[in-house]
Amino acid sequence: MIEELNTLKQEIKNKVDQTTSTKALNEIRVEYLGKKGPIQSLSSKMGSLSIEEKKEFGRSLNTLKTEVNELLESKKQELEKKELEERLQKETIDITLPSTELTIGGVHPITKIINEVEELFVSMGYDVVEGPEVELDLYNFELLNLPKGHPARDSQDSFYITDEVLLRTQTSPVQARTMEANKEKKPIRVICPGKTYRRDNDDATHSHQFHQIEGLVVDENISLADLKGTLEILAKTMFGEDREIRLRPSFFPFTEPSIEVDVSCFKCGGKGCSLCKGTGWIEILGSGMVHPNVLRDNGYDPEKYTGFAFGMGPERIAMLKYGITDIRSFYTNDLRFLNDFNRVEGGE
Amino acid sequence: MRVSKSFLNDYIKVDDLDFNEVANKMVLAGNEYESVEKISEATGIVVGHVLECEMHPESKKLHICKVDLGNEVVQILCGAPNMRQGIKVPVATVGAKLPNGMEIKKAKLAGMDSNGMCCSLEELGIESKYMSEEDKTGIHVLPDDAPVGADAIHYMGYDDEVIDFELTANRGDLLSILGMAHEIGAIYNRPVTYPENQPKVLKENINDNMTIDVQTENCPIYLGKIVKDVVIKDSPEWMKERLMASGIRSINNVVDISNYVMLEYGQPLHFFDKDRLGDKVIVRMAEENEKLKTLDGQERTLKTSDIVIANEKEAVALAGVMGGLSTEVEMDTKNIFVEAAIFEPIHIRYTAKSILRSEASSRYEKGIDPNRTKEALNRACYLLEKYADGKVYDGILTHDKTSKEDKKIEVTLDKINAVLGMELKKEEVIDVFTRLGFKVKENHAVFHVSVPTRRLDINIKEDLIEEVGRIYGYEHVVGKLPVLETKEGSYSKKELLTKELHHRLQGLGLTEVITYSLVRKEDVNKYTNYQNEDITLLDPLTEDRKYLRKSSIPSLLNVWEYNISRNQKNVAIYESGNIYYKENEEYIEKPMISGLLYGIGTNNLWQQEKIVVDFYYVKGIIENIMKYLGLNNRYSFDTNNLPKEFHPGRSCALLIDREVVGYFGQVHPTDCKKEVYVFELDLLKIMSHKVRMVKYKEVSKYPAIHKDVAFIVEKKITSKEIMDVLKHVGGRMVTNIDVFDVYTGENVGANEKSIAYSITFEDATKTLTDEEVMKVFNKMIDEVESKLNARVRDK
Repeated sequence: MIEELNTLKQEIKNKVDQTTSTKALNEIRVEYLGKKGPIQSLSSKMGSLSIEEKKEFGRSLNTLKTEVNELLESKKQELEKKELEERLQKETIDITLPSTELTIGGVHPITKIINEVEELFVSMGYDVVEGPEVELDLYNFELLNLPKGHPARDSQDSFYITDEVLLRTQTSPVQARTMEANKEKKPIRVICPGKTYRRDNDDATHSHQFHQIEGLVVDENISLADLKGTLEILAKTMFGEDREIRLRPSFFPFTEPSIEVDVSCFKCGGKGCSLCKGTGWIEILGSGMVHPNVLRDNGYDPEKYTGFAFGMGPERIAMLKYGITDIRSFYTNDLRFLNDFNRVEGGE
Repeated sequence: MRVSKSFLNDYIKVDDLDFNEVANKMVLAGNEYESVEKISEATGIVVGHVLECEMHPESKKLHICKVDLGNEVVQILCGAPNMRQGIKVPVATVGAKLPNGMEIKKAKLAGMDSNGMCCSLEELGIESKYMSEEDKTGIHVLPDDAPVGADAIHYMGYDDEVIDFELTANRGDLLSILGMAHEIGAIYNRPVTYPENQPKVLKENINDNMTIDVQTENCPIYLGKIVKDVVIKDSPEWMKERLMASGIRSINNVVDISNYVMLEYGQPLHFFDKDRLGDKVIVRMAEENEKLKTLDGQERTLKTSDIVIANEKEAVALAGVMGGLSTEVEMDTKNIFVEAAIFEPIHIRYTAKSILRSEASSRYEKGIDPNRTKEALNRACYLLEKYADGKVYDGILTHDKTSKEDKKIEVTLDKINAVLGMELKKEEVIDVFTRLGFKVKENHAVFHVSVPTRRLDINIKEDLIEEVGRIYGYEHVVGKLPVLETKEGSYSKKELLTKELHHRLQGLGLTEVITYSLVRKEDVNKYTNYQNEDITLLDPLTEDRKYLRKSSIPSLLNVWEYNISRNQKNVAIYESGNIYYKENEEYIEKPMISGLLYGIGTNNLWQQEKIVVDFYYVKGIIENIMKYLGLNNRYSFDTNNLPKEFHPGRSCALLIDREVVGYFGQVHPTDCKKEVYVFELDLLKIMSHKVRMVKYKEVSKYPAIHKDVAFIVEKKITSKEIMDVLKHVGGRMVTNIDVFDVYTGENVGANEKSIAYSITFEDATKTLTDEEVMKVFNKMIDEVESKLNARVRDK
């Protein structure tokens, strides 16, 4: 009977060796180790043996079972590995073929600039407010120290709807509206983005419709140094950490002193180049200390309160930042143009 | 304002300064400039003497010239018609550079050597408006006494440097060389000298010959003098050069003097032919429709807001804007009446706007120093005496209501430092005021400042603070953040909602666009149900931008068209902006979210997989937004009362709690032949429907059971009608119903369709048995069959 075991062992080994699939291997397992298989039938024959023979045969039989199991297991692993490799091979695709085109939308570059500025100022405790685009001459000009016939109105040729109603030429009327609406005359800290309109023919640098972002702070003890510090942060946020700003005297009827703000050229670093026309500085916004007449006309005592205001054009900021040369691009909405802004920007 | 270095140097020493540096220091004091340039940037130009001049034997134009350049005599070929022997001309020598970039080299012209070029003014970079007729067609001929071999550019004064300033509206005082001298004097701490202006006078006194009658308050000062026996001729070269540097064309000595004095003092003058003017000068407001023929020969119809100068017969000049033809100084004029006056800026502004903006009117609009009126008048007479052989009458015809007093303003050191955020000392502040030429007394850190009348822009203490800041220098301000109460910054509810919608729509594949609010008449009432009055511009630039839009959709269609014509196959865009209309005399602005979709949603060309944009795609976007905004189960659709530009069979209104908040669907084929889908939602209406906070409902732990059923119904029955019955009967046990197939065709009747539903049954508290589910499911089917005359397909 021991011989039978050896023969059987050789037979199983031959079969296993020739097997090429896990499925066939499983069939071998069932055939030989199953209830109706030869090993089981051999063990059932054990009853006819002497105790000594039983002992020896039993041991041999167990050894055979263990050996067969190990044989099957190792073959199984070998086959599984092979089958996995075959599968991976079969499933391999050309990853260089084009992807499925998922349409992802994007933000308009002007909105993108406005969002950046809003987020900065909201983080500093400013409230975002809005005002009407169809505005009264009163708020757009008169309450901003620009009476009728004032020569400074020339630079803001306006679209009038009636003698007293116009499309606002600036976001500054929101200054007057905000001060007026603040009945208790408490401190103010607001930022106001919006559309503005001037009676200019559209060309590469002029647009009859454009945007502004207005900022206004009114409180006790507000100084020009506060304005400068605030705008320094703005310049660094918009144009990079290394930027510096320069205050230049200017004139706006609703601020006194009035200041134009230049940022050190982000293309040449201030050495002078074509972008900054050799000066090292680029004008980015207008600002100043709120004119006492504006404070007074809107109910704030100029002896007690001071304030600063600033206004910038997101179109101009975007043009400078992204090297856009024609302001009309923002309103043409060529999708190829817009899609260029459809991504995160990673610092410098 | 163009400022020449040589002109300026008469009143403040600047010839030792780098003019570019002066310009840049002026920028830091608030005076921007456009350019700093020499009148001519040409180099290597010398005075040449044409010794010989012969015509080229083979050319009809070319002259062969021998030109003495001082150190050598060279042969130069010249094609100018006015070339002749004996004249002196500017010669560009070999190696010279012309303003147009040309470099002069030895050349062969028609077989002859040419060693240089005789120059026209154009070649030297001079604009033709400054040229005489001869200069326009030929080379420039220099005076006979020009020194041969000398630098011709320097000889002509064309090396004079000019800063072209772009001044702010408040600095009318800088529209004069003297004003500029004061400003530069403050920056460099240098004194200003005023020009000589005392003519010798005759015994005759103007006041014995003429009378003045000012009948309007709009002329606070009117002064006049008589200069007789003037000789009209060319101005001296230096004056021509300075006028050209200042941007003014030379006419003759008399006209030039009027302009020259205006440039010096900022006080416009007007010269009348005294003999034609008569003996009485009247200043009054024009009569309605009064006629006046102005210098340019045009007959003007005047308004009552125009100020005129008149004699007893008629109006003879539009005050401050333009003289009249009848009293113009002409070549035969002998006697001149010189006017120096100030007129009310607003009136000049309105008149100038409707007639002509001139050098004079722009100065009047910004204000004139009343202390300069008499000075300028005398200066003009002095120059007429000197350069036009005039004889000046004694006395001044005078109407004067102006105050000549300095303005007295007080400001404290504390206030200055508080506003500027600086720590200036008393002495530093006093130094600034002194440099500016303001008298100042200081008492316990209070400055009592006397501001001269030339500084019309300084009236309150904040103006003085600005002067201190800009002259001391804002570069000394150290930036800091304001010390303010700590508080949270905020967005309005509308802005927060807008931001959410931006993000959502971008996530859904739409790109934001921004279009113009102003549209043309044809578009203003499209895609909207607002029948209210349009808002129209009084004075539009073009008919295309005359009306404020009542819907953004026409603008979005323009963007679509633009992109399609540039080979974009797919367009998915949205805009967040206002629409506008007038209601009960009020101007209404409504924030809207609008969008347009066209083409393919998602695409993979080589796998032939794509989702084409159709009604249901847009509906998907709308529903996605509604669910995102927490309005699930509160919105519905309705096909009634659509704006007429929507396709009536493929569009609908969106309602929230039964209120219409917008429309979406396909564009009507008459408006656009392509299958374009659009939507427009009213932001404020959406916002008015309050949404509760999210309240967590535990998800069922027990398995769901799905049942499918297909109904055959008449075509006119909508899916919603079936769905409503299914939901109603199913009750709480039914947690979801999907449509998974819609079929029309052979297997159903011609007027029928089949819709298949997949229904989900779920109970949060127990496992449902098939028996329980079937009981409800069968009842749902029975109800649909009986209520909607449906039958179950393939049952």
